[in-house]
Amino acid sequence: MASGEREPFQNTVVEWIDSRMPIFTMLQKEYGVFPAPKNFNYFWNFGAIAMFMLATMIATGIVLAMHYTANTHMAFDSVERIMRDVNGGWLIRYIHMNGASFFFIAVYIHIFRGMYYGSYKKPRELLWILGALIFLLMMATAFMGYVLPWGQMSLWGATVITGFFTAIPYVGESIQTLLLGGFSVENPTLTRFFALHYLLPFVIFAVVFLHIWALHVTGSNNPLGIDTKGPQDTLPFHPYYTVKDTFGLLVFLMIYCVFIFFMPDILGHPDNYTKANPLVTPAHIVPEWYFLPFYAILRAITFNMNLYFIVGLVFLFVLIVEFIWRKKPVYLSASAGWAMLVIGGFLILTGFTGDSCQRIDPKWLDENGGFKGLCGALQSLPGMSAAAAPISAKLGGVLAMFGSVAMLFVLPWLDTHPVRSARYRPLYKLFFLLLVVMFLVLGYVGSQPADASLLGIPLIYLGLAGTGYYFGYFLVLLPLLSRFEKTKPLPESIHQAVLSKQIKVEAKI
Amino acid sequence: MALLAGAFGAVGAAIAAFPLINSLNPAKDTLAMASVEVDISDIPAGAAKTVMWRGKPVFIRHRTPEQIESAEDVNLQNLIDKQTDEERVKKPEWLVVVGVCTHLGCVPQGQKESDNHGEFGGWFCSCHGSQYDTSGRIRKGPAPKNLAVPPYQFLSDTKIKIG
Repeated sequence: MASGEREPFQNTVVEWIDSRMPIFTMLQKEYGVFPAPKNFNYFWNFGAIAMFMLATMIATGIVLAMHYTANTHMAFDSVERIMRDVNGGWLIRYIHMNGASFFFIAVYIHIFRGMYYGSYKKPRELLWILGALIFLLMMATAFMGYVLPWGQMSLWGATVITGFFTAIPYVGESIQTLLLGGFSVENPTLTRFFALHYLLPFVIFAVVFLHIWALHVTGSNNPLGIDTKGPQDTLPFHPYYTVKDTFGLLVFLMIYCVFIFFMPDILGHPDNYTKANPLVTPAHIVPEWYFLPFYAILRAITFNMNLYFIVGLVFLFVLIVEFIWRKKPVYLSASAGWAMLVIGGFLILTGFTGDSCQRIDPKWLDENGGFKGLCGALQSLPGMSAAAAPISAKLGGVLAMFGSVAMLFVLPWLDTHPVRSARYRPLYKLFFLLLVVMFLVLGYVGSQPADASLLGIPLIYLGLAGTGYYFGYFLVLLPLLSRFEKTKPLPESIHQAVLSKQIKVEAKI
Repeated sequence: MALLAGAFGAVGAAIAAFPLINSLNPAKDTLAMASVEVDISDIPAGAAKTVMWRGKPVFIRHRTPEQIESAEDVNLQNLIDKQTDEERVKKPEWLVVVGVCTHLGCVPQGQKESDNHGEFGGWFCSCHGSQYDTSGRIRKGPAPKNLAVPPYQFLSDTKIKIG
């Protein structure tokens, strides 16, 4: 066993335990002397912050569960009782409620940091995938937790989200019934969501353990994106990063506390303080802020994808694989590629226009004879009707939404550029920052009513553009950049980069 | 041999998992399909009533002659889910539909006079912007199907039984 290589501890109690189960040796190795690159910036705090938030959520959640009643007749009142009667219950609930938001803030920054500095690249692919899995589990947990207070948003959020599954052809309805335990969101739904909301954080905890395990095998990435080459590039984790993480955490907690104590409900919806009513859907139903970009992607697909559209899309996808993903096309010549591009584009346009014709106001068509003729001709094509479309708008939206999360899982194979950090990839940096902006725009679109418009432009178009950029970034831009982007010269080593920066600063002084 | 043993193990595990998963399906009390009788004599023309059936709202609308006309006077070509108004009603002045948007299950607005009725004078689903006409048919937006017509019958001129 490894205990043979162990160095004995001074403290006799610690030594007694460690000689039987070398847990202190392990801690010393993984968190004490563990070599971490010495050039971490504050973006590297957010993993530890997210860990802290997970622990906070579990601790407050267990206490809340002791006061909560998972029954549709009593759930809402039991939450009100926590707020009014339970000693300090309001505080615990506000910590838990806002904790979900701040957990997501930390994780979003953590994910975007990983993307900016290329932390998902070899050899950290598995580490990244485990992280994406944690994100997915967090989404499920947060969604089910939001149902528990049994307010209006709880009920209708659950109705809409479980409604996604009805988009699956043939078996969708049965799957939804199985998930709900009934034909609508009712008591059986609430009880099972409570059970799962209690379970999943521990599953997250287990995956976080694997995530850290993988991290400690490959070692951390760093802002320069180059590998550590020896002891001159690293610092022991303790005390350097334990202190830095603690400092960052304290700043984060200060902001978190401002929300808890001064604006605890600002991230929620007032509607959720109205008891659930299955007869009335709130006029403006939105998910929690951390789901908004994905919600916007769901709503962006308002058209059915008929056979013409799908075949066109397949053509385009084949072209992307053949001419963008591969270094050299294998099956297609350049002229065949152009022909496919023209035909595919034409099919997409035909399918889309034909489908849109079914939604145009007939009165407008009567006034614009040319379009009426075009629509009539398109409508008479076989397989053009909405009923014949293999992918309805609803299924299309759901596929796009799940697809947008799936992009995270395959990211390491879409961006194969050997340079990790965006610092040395000017084009990548530009497109990535644009992605962040688009993500925020999608969040805004998701927060608005379905028929809202901005400066006269219906927001669904903005949502569609954002969705297009999101998928274009992952499927087209990243593979293209991987092949063609010229990078700035990389520094020799972390040590040298840090040193030259120091010299510059000293020269200024 | 190892493959066979593995296959037997997998089948056994699946059989053992079945009762657990099946227990999540609707229980017998949930399945007990209650039917409701509704008095419709108090719904004036142009107004509507919402009743619960199987945990879902059912819209009962007393349509005005104009609404009936606008529901019948539609080119089937323009419909997403092609159905005539006749197929959807038993008596033209009474429209009975399940008030659950076929997109993702919200309850559309339009039961009250002051609600948003959408561009087609029927219902508007505020969740994702689906618009239904005075026959409860989907006309615009992401919903794929018309509002469902539940099984119902007229017990008398002023009473219907849903279910």
